[in-house]
Amino acid sequence: MDKVRRVISVIVANEAQVLARVSGLFAGRGYNIDSLTVAPIPGSNFSHMTIVTRGNRRVIEQIVKQLHKLIPTFKVIEHEEMVEKEMVLIKFSIESPIAEIQALCQAYNGNIVNAGPDMFIAMAADEAGRIAHFIDAVERYQPVEIVRSGVVAMER
Amino acid sequence: MKMSGAQMVCEAIIAEGVDTVFGYPGGAIMNVYDEIYKQNAFRHILTRHEQAAVHAADGYARATGRVGVAMVTSGPGFTNAVTGLATAYMDSVPLVVISGQVPLSLIGTDGFQEVDAVGISRPCTKHNYLVHSIEDLPRILKEAFYIARSGRPGPVLVDIPKDITGEIGEFVYPDHVDLPTYKPRYKGNDRQIKKAVEAIVNAKKPLLYLGGGVVLSNAHESIRALAEMGQIPAVETLMARGVMGAKNPLLIGMLGMHGSYAANMAMSETDLIIALGARFDDRVTGKLSEFARYADIIHVDIDPANIGKLVDVDYPIVGDVKTVVDKMLPMLEKKVDPDRYQVWRDILARYDELHPLTYNDCDETIKPQWVIERLGQLLGEKAVITSDVGQHQMWAAQFYPFDRPRQWINSGGLGTMGYGFPAALGAQMGQPDKIVVNITGDGSILMNVQELVTAAENKLPVINVILNNHFLGMVRQWQTFFYDKRYSETDLSFQPDWKLLAEACGGAGFDVTTKEEFDAAMEAAIAGGKVTFVNVAVDRFENVLPMVPAGGALYNMLLEHKEQCDG
Repeated sequence: MDKVRRVISVIVANEAQVLARVSGLFAGRGYNIDSLTVAPIPGSNFSHMTIVTRGNRRVIEQIVKQLHKLIPTFKVIEHEEMVEKEMVLIKFSIESPIAEIQALCQAYNGNIVNAGPDMFIAMAADEAGRIAHFIDAVERYQPVEIVRSGVVAMER
Repeated sequence: MKMSGAQMVCEAIIAEGVDTVFGYPGGAIMNVYDEIYKQNAFRHILTRHEQAAVHAADGYARATGRVGVAMVTSGPGFTNAVTGLATAYMDSVPLVVISGQVPLSLIGTDGFQEVDAVGISRPCTKHNYLVHSIEDLPRILKEAFYIARSGRPGPVLVDIPKDITGEIGEFVYPDHVDLPTYKPRYKGNDRQIKKAVEAIVNAKKPLLYLGGGVVLSNAHESIRALAEMGQIPAVETLMARGVMGAKNPLLIGMLGMHGSYAANMAMSETDLIIALGARFDDRVTGKLSEFARYADIIHVDIDPANIGKLVDVDYPIVGDVKTVVDKMLPMLEKKVDPDRYQVWRDILARYDELHPLTYNDCDETIKPQWVIERLGQLLGEKAVITSDVGQHQMWAAQFYPFDRPRQWINSGGLGTMGYGFPAALGAQMGQPDKIVVNITGDGSILMNVQELVTAAENKLPVINVILNNHFLGMVRQWQTFFYDKRYSETDLSFQPDWKLLAEACGGAGFDVTTKEEFDAAMEAAIAGGKVTFVNVAVDRFENVLPMVPAGGALYNMLLEHKEQCDG
């Protein structure tokens, strides 16, 4: 069976241990995590986790079911029609051509977000695949540091 | 009402109707033990090892269907309990285990006897809690019992820091549980159930595949009625022995790695598997690509994650086995034609004639299978049988005539050596009128042999029948078949004096080398009314057969029994 990439949202009770339960489930059962983000849902006792994973059909089905089986899990959404965004921060030396990099950022919903005497930081926010393209595109400016946020997603 | 956290633990245990708690005290749990000392509502059995406390609670739960409760201290007390938790988790046994923890202020400081109990137990509990505040304690205790027994049952750990058991708080035990995130589904989808009934009516070779979930669901009467109504043959897993009843003509036998020829062939040739509370474990299916190639599958399970995990299912039904089968019965009654499956039943009867479950008995040396058969003749339905893990376990499952569910208690999923004896103590507490026999081996019994003392102290007359082949028999069997007879570290020729060992701890012991001695020993053991070792010298090189080599197809079984009598 072919491996596919899947974005899964998990709505969980915002309580101690819950992240460990989810990440432990993936580790213990040998499932892959490409990225995992988590933050509280405003005005509720729940948190929203977005997990990007890959596996064949049976594995994905098991991931969804096993996540659902955790006691603090309220809902599991296997995304199909979604808006998906990821952010990246990239640090460059102040010697780098800032105007060129800024133009690239803007093509990927970003900008220059900080500058200091020795460096500046560029940001882009886009689909995960496009973020990868952006990182490739700025590679020739020899970035000093790259931090990706992991994906957040919302079903349309 | 104001009370300490320790009192709350006792009050919750009483409110849940628990009459017996198994445990072992220590520093971090002492507040609770102080309250146990002051009360008379439930009994506490002091085992001599925390692992045994959890297994005993587990045996109690399996024998009675109630939630078992065990109590341990922090650190090593808890880590000793982990094997018990994992054993119960794999076999879906409802347990609540209370562990002490170092005070909140010391958590994370590598305090004395501190270990991350919730971290360690997360993968081997259904759910676990570290109590952070006395306000949460009544709710958590209530939830723990509810989660343990509802849905697919399982063990729940409640880890309580010592300062919380010592603190005073308001106690109101909730009368119901409201967990928006946990809603087990019992009813089963009516449309799917209807389709499944159609599939049974239209099948030519239907087969009931019964698992441990049937026992947990107390569904055996409904299932016997279903089988009877359609004259549908049934196979049982290791965990479902007793569901159909040994004398039931529709019971083909146990299937799997050491299942009978007819049962495994039934599974290989059926055109419709009716899987009830079973989970297609690798010891049952053999090589998956060769498993039940001609079959559509109905799968009824309360745990959705079990459905479609290993095999594709045509009629998935998430629900409680008993509830779903009870819905099927009236639908099936109008439509099913038992004659339709006559040819199928004849085929299976023929398979059973061809290769019945058997062994070559011998007069000079006792065959282990004979011991089990003899036990069955002597005790039959009067006994509750527990077992450890290995050859003796398989022979017990093959040859004992189990008549009812909860008569057979063993560690099927985790395969825990050392389970049988403490589980037997728990079973005896839960079923005081029954004769409880632990069928064990000379390897397994030494893991938790210290429980002789617990048994003697509490006058629990558990009879341990040791099938003694001076080997770690099952590993030896694999070495014979697959490792060119290199018996690496499986020779147990150096042995304790079993009779003396039992006597030293306040029990009785019998060494048996002939069939007559066995009968006499059993008679004396039953009459003696105290914990007993019946040490039976059996054929050293007897193998458990049939055997499906690991990873092989279910229909490829080793069947030949050795002829000679060499002890």
